[in-house]
Amino acid sequence: MASDHPHANLPKLSLHVPEPQFRPGDTVDFAAVDVPPAGEARRPDTADAAKGFTDLAYTLVRVLDDDGNAVGPWDPKLSPDMLRRMLRNMALLRAFDERMFRAQRQGKTSFYMKALGEEAVAIAAAAALEDDDMCFPSYRQQGLLIARGYPLVEMMNQIYSNSGDKLQGKQLPIMYSARDFGFFSISGNLTTQYPQAVGWAMASAAKGDTRIAATWCGEGSTAEGDFHSACTFAAVYRAPVILNIVNNQWAISSFSGFAGAESTTFAARAVGYGIAGLRVDGNDALAVYAATLWAAERARTNQGPTLIEHFTYRAEGHSTSDDPTQYRSAGEPNAWPLGDPVRRLKDHLIAIGEWDEDRHAAQDKEVADLVKAEQKEAEKNGILGHGLHQPLDSLFDGVFEEMPWHLKEQRQQMLDEETASGRPWDRK
Amino acid sequence: MTDVIDTGAGTDAQADAPATKRMNMIQAINSALDVMMERDPDVIVMGEDVGYFGGVFRATAGLQAKHGKTRVFDTPITECGIIGVAVGMGAYGLRPVPEIQFADYIYPALDQLVSEAARLRYRSAGEFISPITVRSPFGGGIFGGQTHSQSPEGIFTHVSGMKTVIPATPYDAKGLLIAAIEDNDPTIFFEPKRIYNGPFDGYWDRPSQNWSKHPGGEVPTGYYKVELGSANIVRSGEAVTILCYGTMVHVCAATVAEMGVDAEIVDLRTLVPLDIDTIEASVRKTGRCLIVHEATRTSGFGSELSALVQERCFYHLEAPIERVTGFDTPYPHSLEWAYFPGPVRIGEALKNILKD
Repeated sequence: MASDHPHANLPKLSLHVPEPQFRPGDTVDFAAVDVPPAGEARRPDTADAAKGFTDLAYTLVRVLDDDGNAVGPWDPKLSPDMLRRMLRNMALLRAFDERMFRAQRQGKTSFYMKALGEEAVAIAAAAALEDDDMCFPSYRQQGLLIARGYPLVEMMNQIYSNSGDKLQGKQLPIMYSARDFGFFSISGNLTTQYPQAVGWAMASAAKGDTRIAATWCGEGSTAEGDFHSACTFAAVYRAPVILNIVNNQWAISSFSGFAGAESTTFAARAVGYGIAGLRVDGNDALAVYAATLWAAERARTNQGPTLIEHFTYRAEGHSTSDDPTQYRSAGEPNAWPLGDPVRRLKDHLIAIGEWDEDRHAAQDKEVADLVKAEQKEAEKNGILGHGLHQPLDSLFDGVFEEMPWHLKEQRQQMLDEETASGRPWDRK
Repeated sequence: MTDVIDTGAGTDAQADAPATKRMNMIQAINSALDVMMERDPDVIVMGEDVGYFGGVFRATAGLQAKHGKTRVFDTPITECGIIGVAVGMGAYGLRPVPEIQFADYIYPALDQLVSEAARLRYRSAGEFISPITVRSPFGGGIFGGQTHSQSPEGIFTHVSGMKTVIPATPYDAKGLLIAAIEDNDPTIFFEPKRIYNGPFDGYWDRPSQNWSKHPGGEVPTGYYKVELGSANIVRSGEAVTILCYGTMVHVCAATVAEMGVDAEIVDLRTLVPLDIDTIEASVRKTGRCLIVHEATRTSGFGSELSALVQERCFYHLEAPIERVTGFDTPYPHSLEWAYFPGPVRIGEALKNILKD
């Protein structure tokens, strides 16, 4: 052991295991989180070389200040209509999440994941992208679908794995796929979508297309090899792709320190690859919009990829399967220094005289009623675990384009089992 | 033979062109890629060293010069990235043919193959597919040591949603590769590198052969397919059925000839989907079955074959099914020929099966 070591007189090595600042019961003070003033970060020309603005990977691009004003060079100067559309989409996403989270608690489905506190990340990005740009999301960008007008009832059908589910009950709830809405099939394996997005973007470029790709992963899964493979490919071929890292501070129960946040920012990953990197206030819809538009402009003009870290906070648990109060202080969400993205955009609209509290309250009710009505429609198609929603033999559809003999045999075996067991599905 | 042959006959310009040519397996693979790139602008080739240089085994030689850098290009050394990018390109609508330089290097790509390429059609209910063909040299017999000799086909045959193809001749290599590229599902295409340049009798200390005298070395220059899922009876016989693929087809053929055994040798050509009808008919006829592969034994594809034959042909069997495989060790370097399931191991198994 140690005493047998030939260099026993040297100081002992010690292993650093990261520990978050706060655990359950701790009083939260986020004073250590560096929040630069809104409007401070410079905005390079989209044609500038990435090495000329590496400082932007270490700051925060912010547009909305504490008084609800849009300030600085990144202000996208959006029309009030556009601002209101984003605000409504964020409110709708929040209402949808609330309702579906509750549906899981009521036993209507197996699983759900909210985007509470991160609504701006997907909603504002969708607003800045063209509708036919291809998105390769992770599991918390349902806002992309909502912003692109994907029917809520279709999302719910998928969540319930019911007879209306276009994915035929084959996927875990919220692992949507919506090709016609430029939304790639979500995988539960993390960051696999990153190199896929780069490949899609390379194909688009190779074909002389005009569409670009965008992808999202969490800060925790930037540790996956796929992330680094994707960054290398994107840099090498100057792929027209936007690589988004949603840094919501928590990967289930592991804080961002386990992905390297104690040492540097996630946007700084871009610097090593020589690609454009931005670190953005992810709770600031205008900053997210402006950064996305800027990155899209670079991609569309063959300037290559941009890596954007969206600095935000996961205000709920990872999913319906974990209780966040078991691993972090319950005081964190309310103490988060970048605030609530919905409230911030609302305050801005009020500050410019284009919105008021009454309209906001009315909108909250309107989206809640809408979600409720859609839910009623979706539940007409059934809920998970109550009855047979897909033909039994559809279990074998889509493994291959044409079913080989061994699957046909197994399908027959399953149907025989069903008969032998007295058709339990029919009894339900 | 269910092969579809379209040599392009019927136009004046092609009427004088030779319909077939002598090719080794590398040339046949190169020809398949070239033919498909000409026919389909969505076919692209990518991988480490495949571009300007033409691949470490020369399988892609000349393709970049002919088809351009945006269709044939070198990649960073990340197999995960190569396959992940290919999946994304497939989702766009391309038909990528990525090369993994050696099958031994395919493991970093496993998640992209198993969880993504093979599952995409199913999980998206057909909205997205992965029409990708992953070419990779595999198998030993070239003193490649443990990182240039492995036969990992059993890892892929275990994966639902993925096809696994292994040719044993230049003719099959071209026809199967074209079929794999046209197939809308992901396919692992393992190329037995020991027989790239000629068939192999299993005797490493004898002079090597080339494809010039083997009937499988006569290859149509144009487009044709060998349908996936069809085995090939290389030698008809009555005494015993030998199920094999890749390099082992030739080692078995040479061993059988040397021993004077009237064996029926079935070259499976495709492991998934498997040509079970040909296997069943043969074993029912001969009543005996030997399974031969170079891969390690435990949970190898031979285990699946053995179970299938037992389930379907038990009452026709006159002797226990035998497996001849590589040993359950890493692929050795200096002791390669002690590991390799050569004529002696095959011969002993045959004697055992045929003794009663």
